[in-house]
Amino acid sequence: MTGTFTAAPGGASLSRMVLSQARMEARLMLRNGEQLLLAIVIPVIVLVGGVAAAGRLGLDLDGHRAVDVLTPGVLALAVMSTAFTSVAIATGFERRYGVIKLLGSSPLPRHGLLLGKVVALLNVVALQLVVLVVVGLALGWRPTLDHPPTSVVALVLAVGLGTAAFAALGLFVAGVLRAEATLALANLVYLLLMAGGGVVLPTSTYGSAGTVVQWLPSGALGEAMRAATIDAVVDGRSLAVLVAWAAVGTVLTARTFRWE
Amino acid sequence: MSTAAPAVTVDGLVMRYGEKVAVDGLSLEVPRGSITAVLGPNGAGKTTTLETCEGYRVPQQGTVRVLGLDPQRDRADLLPRIGVMLQSGGAWSGVRAHEMLDHMASLHARPLDPAMLSERLGLADCGRTPYRRLSGGQQQRLGLAIALVGRPELVFVDEPTAGMDPQARRTTWELLEEVRADGVTVVLTTHHMDEAEHLADRIHIIDHGRVIASGSPGELTREGRSATIRLVVNRPFPDGAPESLRAELGPDTEVRQLDVVSMLIHGPADSMTLGRVSRWCEEHDVLPETLNLGQRNLEDVFLELTGRELAT
Repeated sequence: MTGTFTAAPGGASLSRMVLSQARMEARLMLRNGEQLLLAIVIPVIVLVGGVAAAGRLGLDLDGHRAVDVLTPGVLALAVMSTAFTSVAIATGFERRYGVIKLLGSSPLPRHGLLLGKVVALLNVVALQLVVLVVVGLALGWRPTLDHPPTSVVALVLAVGLGTAAFAALGLFVAGVLRAEATLALANLVYLLLMAGGGVVLPTSTYGSAGTVVQWLPSGALGEAMRAATIDAVVDGRSLAVLVAWAAVGTVLTARTFRWE
Repeated sequence: MSTAAPAVTVDGLVMRYGEKVAVDGLSLEVPRGSITAVLGPNGAGKTTTLETCEGYRVPQQGTVRVLGLDPQRDRADLLPRIGVMLQSGGAWSGVRAHEMLDHMASLHARPLDPAMLSERLGLADCGRTPYRRLSGGQQQRLGLAIALVGRPELVFVDEPTAGMDPQARRTTWELLEEVRADGVTVVLTTHHMDEAEHLADRIHIIDHGRVIASGSPGELTREGRSATIRLVVNRPFPDGAPESLRAELGPDTEVRQLDVVSMLIHGPADSMTLGRVSRWCEEHDVLPETLNLGQRNLEDVFLELTGRELAT
């Protein structure tokens, strides 16, 4: 005798659960107006505005064309905005609204939830990079073609490690603060790092402050992106800085994150 | 795995938040295939007990077994087999109702058809509405759908009909009865007497973190020594009628005047009381049109056990 509700319990396969979770999170991230502003609109404005301003002033940066310096910087900015600010805000409100609590009673394990977030995050970052690369090329960006394989490897490493570092820090913030405080802090940090964190502009343009800025995750990511697309080199030191920030963020998150 | 074993066993559970004792040596059992209500006022420890069964909280003292498993140690094995409806929230604010239900269905191996479930719970019309714009009752029904969509053996529902209109409430009750008929165990918390009385096979009344009475609705209301008598007379009572009736009936009785011609009398359920009421009517020259020895309800039971009203 079986009825509509007769028990037939069981979890889906981990891969199916993770994909479903990733699809859900990516969709919500792209649907949210504020997040879209952060992910696409602001980086495009910074890139177009920066290139136009530099062109009007006849400005060169370190002897390179402005667009060649600003495009990798804006790619770094896009990574930072999604991996740090969007992840922190989204996770903060997931805690607040009990989403994480409800998922905690579902067959999706916590490492599956984390994996789903990572997959969603990488997809959104990839989408941002495609849009910004197209905008950069339209503005006349010519990345170095000295040694394309090295450039690609360096770029992938920078994006991957930058995403890891900022996501770990974003989760740390979201896991200890209330949702509103997370929202405020994540936006503030984003603005401060965009303005003075060595993301968009090379740390060498900061004068003596540049020696500090290059140790920030933002400065390290910006430098690593520029090294990949301007000089076709893997910037080992900047990548090591990103690894260190990723490790710090992961340890802090693991120690302090509260699921509810 | 023995199917005869209880679906839930809580034995001597103690939970404290700082100084406050939320659950104070609570023990209860939930038979399989039943609807079991955990009834009590706000703050009695209902949700804490439920959340311990669901694996959200670690028992500080005592043991909890759900489907024979330890909700902490055997979490990964237990979670796919249970459904949970939270008291509130649980969804992203921007997620559409159908997206949320589809997503939760996709986490299970053999889920129910989300469209069918939406239809049954009257959610078909608001499938595209973002969660934050659903009414409280719609959010509750979505929560219930989420708890059921994975075809669990056991569902925990925390205040399932809070904020629902009477129609939605009835639909929800019918659905839970069908769920039970299909062999699924239901544990619900409520502070609505009528909900427990209507739905539950077994009721645990809890107060201050302890079970103060357990039984079927019939058992709980049959026991005890008192009853509620409803008296309606043919013309207005004289002044001071409640006091003089109370004096006639003695100190074990409470008398409450409802309007000019009716009163509720709460006291010993015996013919002597009824005899005194009718003698008092004769003396005061009013004719009892209704003199009704009402059955005790759970409200009376709670009042008797705790000296307080349950209703909030």
